[in-house]
Amino acid sequence: MYQLLKQIAKTGIVTEPAPHADEALRQLAQRLSEVVLRHFGRALAIRHVDAGSCNGCELEIHAANSPYYNLEGLGIKFVASPRHADLLLVTGPVARNMEQALRRTYDATPEPKLVVAIGDCGCDGGVFGESYASCGRVGNVIPVDVAVPGCPPAPAAILQGILTAVSAGAQGFR
Amino acid sequence: MPARRAAIEPAQLRSACESARARNERLVALWGSDETARSGGFALHLALAGRSGLAWLTVALAREHPRYPGIADIFPSANRMQRAAYDLVGIHAQDSPDHRKWLRHRAWPGGSFPLRKDFDLASRFPASDDRYPYVKVEGEGVHEIPVGPVHAGTIEPGHFRFSIVGEKILRLEERLGYKHKGIEKRFESMTLADGARLAGRISGDSTVAFAWAYAMAAEGASSTQPPRRALVLRAILLEIERIANHLGDLGYLGNDVALAFGFYQFWRLKEDLLRLCAELFGHRYLMDFVVPGGVARDLSSRGAERLLERLASIQTEVASLRSIYDEHAGAQDRFIMTGQVTPELADRLGLCGMAGRASGIGRDLRVDYPVPPYEQLDVRIATQTRGDVAARAAVRFDEFAESLRLIRALVARLEPGEIKVPLATAAGGRCGIGWTEGWRGDVLVALETADGGRIHRLHPHDPSWQNWPLLERAVMGNIVPDFPLINKSFNLSYSGHDL
Repeated sequence: MYQLLKQIAKTGIVTEPAPHADEALRQLAQRLSEVVLRHFGRALAIRHVDAGSCNGCELEIHAANSPYYNLEGLGIKFVASPRHADLLLVTGPVARNMEQALRRTYDATPEPKLVVAIGDCGCDGGVFGESYASCGRVGNVIPVDVAVPGCPPAPAAILQGILTAVSAGAQGFR
Repeated sequence: MPARRAAIEPAQLRSACESARARNERLVALWGSDETARSGGFALHLALAGRSGLAWLTVALAREHPRYPGIADIFPSANRMQRAAYDLVGIHAQDSPDHRKWLRHRAWPGGSFPLRKDFDLASRFPASDDRYPYVKVEGEGVHEIPVGPVHAGTIEPGHFRFSIVGEKILRLEERLGYKHKGIEKRFESMTLADGARLAGRISGDSTVAFAWAYAMAAEGASSTQPPRRALVLRAILLEIERIANHLGDLGYLGNDVALAFGFYQFWRLKEDLLRLCAELFGHRYLMDFVVPGGVARDLSSRGAERLLERLASIQTEVASLRSIYDEHAGAQDRFIMTGQVTPELADRLGLCGMAGRASGIGRDLRVDYPVPPYEQLDVRIATQTRGDVAARAAVRFDEFAESLRLIRALVARLEPGEIKVPLATAAGGRCGIGWTEGWRGDVLVALETADGGRIHRLHPHDPSWQNWPLLERAVMGNIVPDFPLINKSFNLSYSGHDL
């Protein structure tokens, strides 16, 4: 126990400042009201759905949970069920074998809800494109509020996409 | 790469497999191809690893009712590969007890075969019926827990069907294939040069292993000799990939036994390494660095120094974290004897790679068939015999240390020189094999070229094919809450398997 505490003390706090929202990532105008966003901004529950990625984007979502980014300190929490979620974080081109599961997950997420597509594949199908086995971008299957390009996007970019999704955007209320 | 290719008759297939099994050879991969344009029929391919290297066996099959004698009773890992070969190419394994579909779900109907040449990549089908006959466990008090494809954590999609009594797992049945996105078919629309980017995205966490195997296959098919410096750089990156993944997994193993401290510490160290990789190699996960003909970027001597300094500081911290893990009664209580695969079972069912080494299967390509630059390094294999979560953690710790030693030795061997040569044009009908020891296990890429520098057939094989069935065995008799821990201790690829 002494060694463990010593390691914690020696490490200190490594968290870095969070990025700002970036309107260029927004796909759909902000649909949610100021009241909702104010609540989301303080306690945002995220459900991640891998719809067919190469698992590169998952590595970066894991990395976004590292102490450098301190998501929970920003009020962001990953939850185990879409029924508890405010926002879906979707990676991959949507594999046709995952199309129904993604739609069902979207339907199971209570309104009001947001969708952030992660990675080049989520944005435009990436190297996998559209085919007999792939529906291509996430927006081909469910409405996407914010799309974050990158292969894979770094944790700060993912965080920026999430923060953009819950910011007031061009509506400018807040 | 020591590899030879041979054509055998369907009637010789089983005896060839039986004698290979008797010689303690293992099945690396099994796949099919459409050869109607060349020979008027189909083909079944097997890659077997023997003492002297890899044997690529090809069995020509008829155009009408293509079939071959199944070999899953000889090599159990062949079962799912045979089913996938049927779903994709329509070649039938006779006398096999399991003919259920495997990679086909809703995307295309039975009777259509995506890897046949008359099947268009852009085909669309209305979602078909996706009933799947799971094995039903019956008896007093038995009930089922269906999990997935969308899981509770940040994990890839797959379905797990648990049959349990009380808290104990009687049986687990996996269903995979949700991530099938047509990778093999897409390769067939590509040139050898274009395919490298896709190869690096078969399983993102093994991008170096796949990209190197792909490059090796493309270089073999086109008789291109990559420069020595490029090979040394590739090996440095393969070892960095191993270190990064092992650090991440060791963190998650702590997390899954409620030792969040472990997660935060290991992921801080992993992040430090990833950030340096972005600076030195242009990508946090090293994607698109290995290209056919060499590597895309050089490493300066200052860069190499920074890499060694960073790794040295990570090593010091990992040493303290290992002793904290080892002495943490709560963590060890969850690790020891959990998710056990005995050496006998591992050998019988063909467990491979890192998980295999934790169950006493002392195989590692870097040791068994060391290709340049590994032939000069005398790689020390890390093995354990207990085959539990603790053993898989220990192998990771040991391999972390060995990879560090290898990187130091490789940096010392970095001599000035070219890092890339142009990929020679490959004629149609040439073949190439790439085989690398990724962090998870051996990654294979088998390639046959078409005219015009294009790909006729490319089969990438992830070691997860061999190891997924062993996860079903490892969880038996364990409690349901230990499943995430056991699963993470294997950390198998869905994308690399589903293709």
